[in-house]
Amino acid sequence: MIAKNFSRVLIYGVLLLAAVLFLAPMYVMLATSFKDAEEIRSGNLLSLPNGLNFEAWTLAWSSACTGTDCRGLQPFFWNSVLIVFPAVLISTLWGAVNGYVLSLWKFRGSDLLFGFMLFGVFMPFQVVLLPMSQVLGWLGISSSVGGLIFVHCLAGLAGTTLFFRNYYAAVPKELVNAARIDGAGFWRIFVRIIVPLSTPIVMVTLIWQFTNIWNDFLFGVAFSGADSKPITVGLNNMVNTSSSVKNYNVDMAAAVIAGLPTMLIYVLAGQYFVKGLTAGAVKG
Amino acid sequence: MKPTFEQTLPKLVIAPGFVLGFAFIYGLMIWNGVLSLTASRMLPNYDEFAGLAQYAKLWEMDRWWLALKNLGIFSVLYVGGAMLIGMALAIVLDQKVRAEGWLRTLYLYPMALSFIVTGTAWKWILNPSLGLEKLMHDIGWSSFSFDWLVQSDTAIYCVVIAGIWQSAGFAMALFLAGLRGIDDSIIKAAQIDGASLPRIYWRIILPILRPVVFSTVMVLSHLSIKSFDLVMALTGGGPGYATDVPATFMYVMSFTRGQIGLGAASATMMLATVAAIVVPYLYSELRSKPHDR
Repeated sequence: MIAKNFSRVLIYGVLLLAAVLFLAPMYVMLATSFKDAEEIRSGNLLSLPNGLNFEAWTLAWSSACTGTDCRGLQPFFWNSVLIVFPAVLISTLWGAVNGYVLSLWKFRGSDLLFGFMLFGVFMPFQVVLLPMSQVLGWLGISSSVGGLIFVHCLAGLAGTTLFFRNYYAAVPKELVNAARIDGAGFWRIFVRIIVPLSTPIVMVTLIWQFTNIWNDFLFGVAFSGADSKPITVGLNNMVNTSSSVKNYNVDMAAAVIAGLPTMLIYVLAGQYFVKGLTAGAVKG
Repeated sequence: MKPTFEQTLPKLVIAPGFVLGFAFIYGLMIWNGVLSLTASRMLPNYDEFAGLAQYAKLWEMDRWWLALKNLGIFSVLYVGGAMLIGMALAIVLDQKVRAEGWLRTLYLYPMALSFIVTGTAWKWILNPSLGLEKLMHDIGWSSFSFDWLVQSDTAIYCVVIAGIWQSAGFAMALFLAGLRGIDDSIIKAAQIDGASLPRIYWRIILPILRPVVFSTVMVLSHLSIKSFDLVMALTGGGPGYATDVPATFMYVMSFTRGQIGLGAASATMMLATVAAIVVPYLYSELRSKPHDR
């Protein structure tokens, strides 16, 4: 019995220690963001701020400088919003239709097509950077929000197709066959039967795509122009801007602001996010 | 027999997606390959065919070798570390503990954040003057010194620390899902036979989990090859180019150094590495699970 109690204590000890280690950086970010320069110098990472001082937050949001541009993170935040919503909606809808065909309207070679599409989930996007910037130039959408939406739709398509294809593979074929006998066509079956069944996978895909696109840095840094930089690029530039004094409180407030939307979604709908993560790893 | 409209419609519907998708994946891949065979510098230049000269140049560059060495260190430690911690957490969480849901959520939240956000945070935590070092001094460990982030030969380990912190929860989630799929009666039977818990995990459960372990290694190692954001945010590839990895090398050569041909060649090398890992995996996955799912 003693051994049993001991092992329980050990288990909770490990879990608690891990929890503290995972939370510590978030605590440090928040605590630092509420301090002023003097408190940062005199205190340490874990010391509590003297109070809820939002000065660094207002600076980070609306007046911190990146080079000579002193508008804070605000413009980048709105760029990201403008990029994320269309890109998420288009790639999700597109993936749903693709997945619907690939699992319920199979034709000869459709599985092979899917297999080739799957590589798009894993490929290093470095290979598309150089050609894509030429394509965007030809289309007249380089360095624009529109160009980034376009790239994110294409880059996300393989993943969203995978999600929906695997989800719809579990839909009984009889359901579709019965509907066909009743005279329902391709689109009618999709809208009336399949879409109503899709809430969970739609949630997973929306959240997955939102998180990916909001957090994207590679496409953002390669394809954006002066007025279309997404928030990750804005944050990185602000933090690494060469100024004489490092304002760690402003940096941390900016980092929290940049992470807030995805964090909020994670807190509210974490289980869908986790499903997306594991679905991305276990193929079928 | 002429195919009916009903039979062609599905193909028509997915055609645009697949044409654009394949153009994006394979078209641009080939295009990048073509670029890597040219002498392009500031701008793509398709007139000057250079053969494999860019590749020869690439493999003669110390900076490229350093990027590969860093990738090696980072991949091994990052994948290994995230797997070990993830596995340990999953096993401990699987002991019917209270507040499991809460803990799981907590361990996984870094995955929802951008590497730029966490890189910024770690940059502050690991900075030599006011970060961890000062904290330890304040606690009373006055001889503690930690300047890894600004030393050329240790900065890469800071990237490893931040990377593991970000991804360990992900490995945990995958392992936990695997553990939940194991029938309890197997464990009970082994316990009745007198096997100790560590022995049960090592001899029975781990072998059952082999596919999960395998796919976790796959996913983490391809992530490590693609890792770009974290390095950019945490070290910017520095000090100097001491923490360059292939992804940052490719970016710098292509977009700031005006060496497009060389950048394209390094991208091709990254592609080849990822393909070598992922293609056999995808092939076996698609083979082993027939299409009835």
